[in-house]
Amino acid sequence: MDFSYTILIPLIPLALFLLLGLFSKKIPASISGWIGSLGLGTSFALSLYTVYHYFLEGKLNGVYQTFIYKQTWLVFTDKLHIDLGVLIDPISVMMLVVVTTISFMVHLYSRGYMKGDDGYTRFFAYLALFSFSMLGLVLATNLFQMYIFWELVGASSFLLIGYYYTKPSAVAAAKKAFIVTRFADLGFLIGILLISYYTGTFDFQDLTSEEGLLIAGWGASASFMGLSVFTWGLILIYMGGVGKSAMLPFHIWLPDAMEGPTPVSALIHAATMVVAGVYLVARLFPAYYFVEDGFALQVVAYVGAISSLVAALIAITQTDIKRVLAFSTMSQIGYMMLALGVSKYEGHEGVGYMASMFHLFTHAMFKALLFLGAGSVIHAVHSNYMKDMGGLRKYMPITHITFLIASLSIAGFPGFAGFFSKDEILVAAFESNKLIYFSSVFVAGLTAFYMFRLYFNIFWGEDRKYKHAPHESPLTMTLPLLFLAFMSVAAGYIPFSEYITADGMPFETHLNLPLAAIASSVGIIGIILAYIFYKKPTNLPEKFANAFGFVYKWIYNKLYFDELYIFVTKKILFGIVAFSASWFDKHVVDGSMIGIGNVTVSISNKIKGMQSGKFQDYAMSFVGGIVVIAMVVFYIWIN
Amino acid sequence: MDILSLFVIVPLLTVLVLIFAKDLKQARLISVIGMGIQFAMSINLIFAYLKERAVNSDLMVFTKDVVWYETFNIHYSIGVDAISVVMIALTAIVVFAGIFISWKTDDLPKEFFMSLIALSLGVFGFFISTDLFTLFVFFEIAVIPIYLLIGIWGSGPKENSAMKLTLMLMGASAILSVGILGIYFNSNADGGALTFNILEIAKVNIPEAAQNIFFPLVFIGFAVIGGLFPFHTWSPSGHASAPTAVSMLHAGVLMKLGGYGVFRVSMYLLPVGALNWSDFFLVLTAFGVIYGAFGAIMQKDLKYVNAYASVSHLSLVLFALLMFNRTAWTGAIIQSLSHGLLTAMFFALIGMVYGRTHTREISKLGGIMKVLPFIGAIYVITGLAYLGLPGFSGFVAEMTVFVGSFQHPDLFHRILTIIVVSSIVVTAVYILRMVGKIMMGPLSNSAYKDLPKATWFEKTGLILLLIPVILIGVLPLGLSEILKESIQPLLERLL
Repeated sequence: MDFSYTILIPLIPLALFLLLGLFSKKIPASISGWIGSLGLGTSFALSLYTVYHYFLEGKLNGVYQTFIYKQTWLVFTDKLHIDLGVLIDPISVMMLVVVTTISFMVHLYSRGYMKGDDGYTRFFAYLALFSFSMLGLVLATNLFQMYIFWELVGASSFLLIGYYYTKPSAVAAAKKAFIVTRFADLGFLIGILLISYYTGTFDFQDLTSEEGLLIAGWGASASFMGLSVFTWGLILIYMGGVGKSAMLPFHIWLPDAMEGPTPVSALIHAATMVVAGVYLVARLFPAYYFVEDGFALQVVAYVGAISSLVAALIAITQTDIKRVLAFSTMSQIGYMMLALGVSKYEGHEGVGYMASMFHLFTHAMFKALLFLGAGSVIHAVHSNYMKDMGGLRKYMPITHITFLIASLSIAGFPGFAGFFSKDEILVAAFESNKLIYFSSVFVAGLTAFYMFRLYFNIFWGEDRKYKHAPHESPLTMTLPLLFLAFMSVAAGYIPFSEYITADGMPFETHLNLPLAAIASSVGIIGIILAYIFYKKPTNLPEKFANAFGFVYKWIYNKLYFDELYIFVTKKILFGIVAFSASWFDKHVVDGSMIGIGNVTVSISNKIKGMQSGKFQDYAMSFVGGIVVIAMVVFYIWIN
Repeated sequence: MDILSLFVIVPLLTVLVLIFAKDLKQARLISVIGMGIQFAMSINLIFAYLKERAVNSDLMVFTKDVVWYETFNIHYSIGVDAISVVMIALTAIVVFAGIFISWKTDDLPKEFFMSLIALSLGVFGFFISTDLFTLFVFFEIAVIPIYLLIGIWGSGPKENSAMKLTLMLMGASAILSVGILGIYFNSNADGGALTFNILEIAKVNIPEAAQNIFFPLVFIGFAVIGGLFPFHTWSPSGHASAPTAVSMLHAGVLMKLGGYGVFRVSMYLLPVGALNWSDFFLVLTAFGVIYGAFGAIMQKDLKYVNAYASVSHLSLVLFALLMFNRTAWTGAIIQSLSHGLLTAMFFALIGMVYGRTHTREISKLGGIMKVLPFIGAIYVITGLAYLGLPGFSGFVAEMTVFVGSFQHPDLFHRILTIIVVSSIVVTAVYILRMVGKIMMGPLSNSAYKDLPKATWFEKTGLILLLIPVILIGVLPLGLSEILKESIQPLLERLL
């Protein structure tokens, strides 16, 4: 079987980027949108073909095979070298579909959303750059290739968040996103260095192979603070994932990233780039699972669980609709992380792994839909805040219905995609860690509540007496909405465990009825509460906010994480370290150099009198010198 | 005339012809032709080298040897390996681009171009020499015109900056000359005549006691110009006062002489001394990497940011060299190239912004991208390349250094490497702070609304520099392989 054609899937967007980027002034807006969409459409079609081809023929003896095509890019040592290439296995194929589907939809949508913008062509160039980088990341054959594209998606994210570059808040958000994730990437890089030092390889194949499960023994000789160096390497690599996937404590960049145009939020900050961390852990799953009895995997589970809980709580209090969605994304990614974290490896025990990928897939669909729907709303009312919205269902029927479908899906309403994937996650959590299970069920309720708070606030409630009556978005924007709405339901009926499992062997899953019943009733309670609170304007929300007093304020202010970071960076790093470095340099280091110069000058001033030009002075010195030498000689002679 | 000597002859002829130039137009035309030939020759040299290398496995190729002062056995002996070839190419590109960037030098244009090209002559000579004395002479030829260039065509407290820079570099030269003489007088340890020839000296083993004394002298002598902490303070004020093309050449090429001298002379000829002293200097350079990066964060002047950034990035070169392993050394040389190109771009861009707005203060600039889209876009690209984005040369260089250094069997070295790796975050901070402030955001001053767009010669200069940055970043394999081949024999002395 030959999958080498998959290399085209990332190369097409790269070509688009070069074309649109280099000729952004020359290509008129009317064409560039089409060029971008057609290109991504081709990648999308190719990905679908790959899926069909792979899942039909990619099995050998009941196990899905891995296909690798690569080329050496840079050689470090005899053992270590960076290859660039494509790795085709179940999760990379699945990610191809996720990335190209959402990217294609976002391209189509942006043609309407960005209409009339100055940098229209530039926008499509950036989108293409991002798509290329993300696809390269997904197809990576080794850790270093992943790191390369990891940095590139970071840079495209920077460019897209800062797309409105004359707006100070957008620039600040772009910088913040880049620097926070770069700090996390530092962990990733050090992790790569550590692991490659002990294993002599970057290749995923070697790091996760069956025999390689002796990896458990790797680095066992060297340990640090009670953990093997290999575990530390995995934790550090996960740090990179935590940054990119906006988990605690590196989540602070994600809400601010909403400064970017909304299609960007849908593509990068909801469906694709932010799940890179999940993908990274899934990619290295056997290593996480087998090394030191999965200590690093425990870390993954708890970070995921805590992030999902905290984010869901914060989401309840936010008033900017995109920020609600941002925290919702963080919470859902926490789900995926914890599912991986509680998963085991073989057969049905690996249900967490499958569930995580399943949820990644369904989440991409409904979250992209939610963002694009929110974009449609923002496009109509020109505001991000709930207080400026209300009663929009009459004006925007398609946006309304699709948004409702997405909300039901994320809330885990029976029959919708989110219901199926979330159910698997809860099953996995229930089987391995009850604490995490209960927290996840609680989060499911919170999710339903904040989503319907959003939904009722936007589409029901009070009609705001809009100056210009809002109207439905054009077809180019609603068409992607309809497609994604279809996927937000249909994706749930894909038998994921047939295709994507931790050990590559399909297994059967059945709906776990009691657990599903608990989860969906919690979800429905959340919806009902939201209905009572927000269907009609009441003062209930305020009452509750007041009742919780400082707890509410604390959560509303996102637990003051931003303030903490600002304190550490501005006050300590800039104010103290950087400031004293430049002061020290100017006054101490340079000062001493100048001092040496001044001393030289003053000494020469003092001794220049010696060269007086007077014969008597020279004769005097001469005689004095002879006397001194004679005395020394005499002294030595005596002794 | 042999292929290497032409690299000295052509600049010399260009300087001589420039004497007869009447005005700016003639001066720049002569310079562009001269340096254009130099540039074409350097490209030709790369291919000629590859061809020669295929049939010739000597350490140095295209060698030539002429005695010019018999009493002390001083020769004009030349030869190149892959490292010198790429350094020559770097110099040729930066000088050529620098001529375009200085297209509008109104003040004493003839003299300006003469000094600039004389400076480059020294650099070219330095890179082809294999005789210590000749090498030292070329080194001095490169350093002296800087004094004039800053003192006459500079800005701000130019006399003071020029004085500080020249005195510090001269002080380093003095130390270096002691070290070189130390090597010379120990060059017949196994009997025979004293010699300055690097290849000959490498065959004898200088006594360890002498190596321990002279290694730090030679190392510091070279490393001062390579931005070694705490002898780097000539650089910020020097760059800030220098005219654009001089900053480009100085940070882009001249500072590279430091790293080059360190491995070509001090480590190659004094390997035992190098091993004995390495821990001390390693700590110093690792500190320099972090210190330079933090120093850059709070600077108010664009050129100061870049100067401290250079200290940080060039300390990384010295750091990698002190790791004594092939990968790290390859990284060090790629880092030299990459930094040379990128910092030249930065200084060129700063010069363009300064030429239009008449300020380099970060707080006064803002939103320039809107009015100068080409310069803005290149500025952002340069910034991203500088902070090590994949696809540009900086990433290849840094990763090669990091991976190479981390392969060191000693734990202490690996811990130092981790500290040095952390600089990538600080780099991102100061680069994005600068780019975000001056290029993005709202336009800071309505007077900037009608700034003239980038001219053709400015674009030419920038694109000349950008192309190799991308080439190295996208296809690094060939470069790193030919470098490795040349590094191997140098390194074997140290193992």
